[in-house]
Amino acid sequence: MIRRVLAVAIKELLQLKRDWRTAIALLGMPLVLLMIYGYALSFDVTDIRLGVVDLSRTSASRRVVEAFLESGFFVRAATLDEVRPTDALFASEAIQAALVIPADFASEAAALRPTSLLFILDGADSQTASTILSYARQIVAATTPEVLGIEFRSPLEAAPLVWYNPDLKSSIFLVPGLLAFILMVSSVIATALAVVREKERGTMESLRATPIRAIELLLGKTLPYLLVGSVSAAGALFLAWALFEMPVRGSIFWLAVVTLLFLAGGLGWGIFISTLAESQQVAFQLGLLSSMLPTLLLSGFIFPISSMPRALQIISSIVPARYFIAALRSIVLKGVGPDMWWQQAAALAIFGALVLLAATVRMVRSL
Amino acid sequence: MSDETLLAARGLVVRYGSTDAVRGVDLEVRRSEVVGLIGPDGGGKTSTLRVLAGLLRATAGEAEAFGADTWRTRRALHHRLGYLAQRFALYGDLTVDENIQFFALMYGVPAWKVRRTELLELVGLEDFRSRLADRLSGGMKQKLALACTLIHSPEILLLDEPTTGVDPVTRREFWRLLADLVGEGLTLLIATPYLDEAERCTRVLLMHDGRILADARPQEIPDLMPGSIVEVTAEQRTRAAEILAEIENVADVSVFGNTLHVRVEGARDPVAVVRTALGDSGVPVEGARPIPAGLEDAFLYLTRSPEPEVLMEASS
Repeated sequence: MIRRVLAVAIKELLQLKRDWRTAIALLGMPLVLLMIYGYALSFDVTDIRLGVVDLSRTSASRRVVEAFLESGFFVRAATLDEVRPTDALFASEAIQAALVIPADFASEAAALRPTSLLFILDGADSQTASTILSYARQIVAATTPEVLGIEFRSPLEAAPLVWYNPDLKSSIFLVPGLLAFILMVSSVIATALAVVREKERGTMESLRATPIRAIELLLGKTLPYLLVGSVSAAGALFLAWALFEMPVRGSIFWLAVVTLLFLAGGLGWGIFISTLAESQQVAFQLGLLSSMLPTLLLSGFIFPISSMPRALQIISSIVPARYFIAALRSIVLKGVGPDMWWQQAAALAIFGALVLLAATVRMVRSL
Repeated sequence: MSDETLLAARGLVVRYGSTDAVRGVDLEVRRSEVVGLIGPDGGGKTSTLRVLAGLLRATAGEAEAFGADTWRTRRALHHRLGYLAQRFALYGDLTVDENIQFFALMYGVPAWKVRRTELLELVGLEDFRSRLADRLSGGMKQKLALACTLIHSPEILLLDEPTTGVDPVTRREFWRLLADLVGEGLTLLIATPYLDEAERCTRVLLMHDGRILADARPQEIPDLMPGSIVEVTAEQRTRAAEILAEIENVADVSVFGNTLHVRVEGARDPVAVVRTALGDSGVPVEGARPIPAGLEDAFLYLTRSPEPEVLMEASS
């Protein structure tokens, strides 16, 4: 049993060594993807191009404009004398937002009458727009007492205290999901080609003439890629920590355990696909689609599961990345122990066992 | 001991969907025999071999190896039987040594390194041990495949068209190699479309259209055909063939190169029958002489028979 598993595993590693392109892709791809996505994918909005229309031209109005620029989120992209030309600037995307201070702003404010600043937004990108709007609100709220020259205190205040990610940096939230996404895709692709390659080349028939069992073949095919996957996962985790400031507050050991469980599930899923497909091309596409889409859309990576329609929530419960991301956030960001995420780990283990079982059943039929 | 039956099939049927590849085959292979399963492509040879090797489940009938069902006991069977597929695929990105090592580990061969060296010397690949299998010539690949199937010292080897698409020199070498192995006590069952390879077998099974048409020693095969053969050389070959086909004593006419093989039945002087028929029709005859029937004549006769049946049992 073990001898034949080892024979297959050694063969796979030898083949991988010869096929250096694939080896590099398997080892390096997760790191490259993490860098590309890590830098590109962020919900944080900075350097917002602001058009300033100061019709008041008073020290109070200048104080408000300064407050926007000093916040670090906004840069002055245009200074205008009237509101109308902002149209063209929005259309050419020269500005993303415009701050209009009415002519009577200073006098109204001095009289302590309610007064408004006009804040115009490009709502085409609603996500960005709402982020910009919340920045603007915060800035205006913070500047109000200073402009009015009075100490202002609302009777009730929710004093925020943000844990785990005090700056609310989206990278800290996104990197665990990104890791899940990258590891899932690369592990599924790694094994999706493993069995179908033998079918395509005809070596399956040679294997069938030996006393090998289905489970031996599958383990022999999976274990080498688990090794490769672990190495590249470790690299990706290190990069996430070094480049994207993902803190690792929990135990490295448990991080490794959960990552291995997740990898096993991805590799098992790849092997299962490999037993279904008749050509490497089909296997590759099936592997890519079935790993990428659910991991991207149904795992809570980008879209919170709690806000999904009921049907999608149910479907998302069979997406392993969902459990991995949850466990990863628990271990990495919160630093909590297994008692808090054992259910996620169990779900990953069950997924891995089920797909390997399904692949074995498929394999027994064709072996 | 030498009469021990290693492989046996009774009423073997293999069906793929609605096509019958094998339609009721009975056969036996005894220890130390070299049995040729000979017939044209699509005749069911590969399916028969695969069932006997435990790689395919028979649709109906029995297939036994070493007295046990080949499919049910296939894992145990694979330790005692070697199977060289028609396109035996090696791992092209592994070296000669690594390919053999892989199969040695699969079979759990003890002291496989010694065995590997022996086999590489036997097939003449000892100088190419670290070459990738993909970089070997066709003949060398075939020899490496043979070495891989022999690594676990099987008692019987099933070869599916091992010499198809191989140059004549390599073909002869391959047969010499097989002869050496037989000398060491290996039993062979070889499927081949080449009739000339029948002469290298101790027994021949003619297979056509899913059935075994004849089971005999190679030299007995021509005797399965009644009548005698007249070789006719004529300028107007096509016309001569048409005329002869109409003659009462002529059973059939086949084209062999630029001559005709005319099988004449129930005539005391077959050559005279042919000459008279052609002379009467004014077709000039350049030559007409009796020749001994060859395997090819017999095979054509047998595959043409409307009622396929086993015409003769092997005498041993």
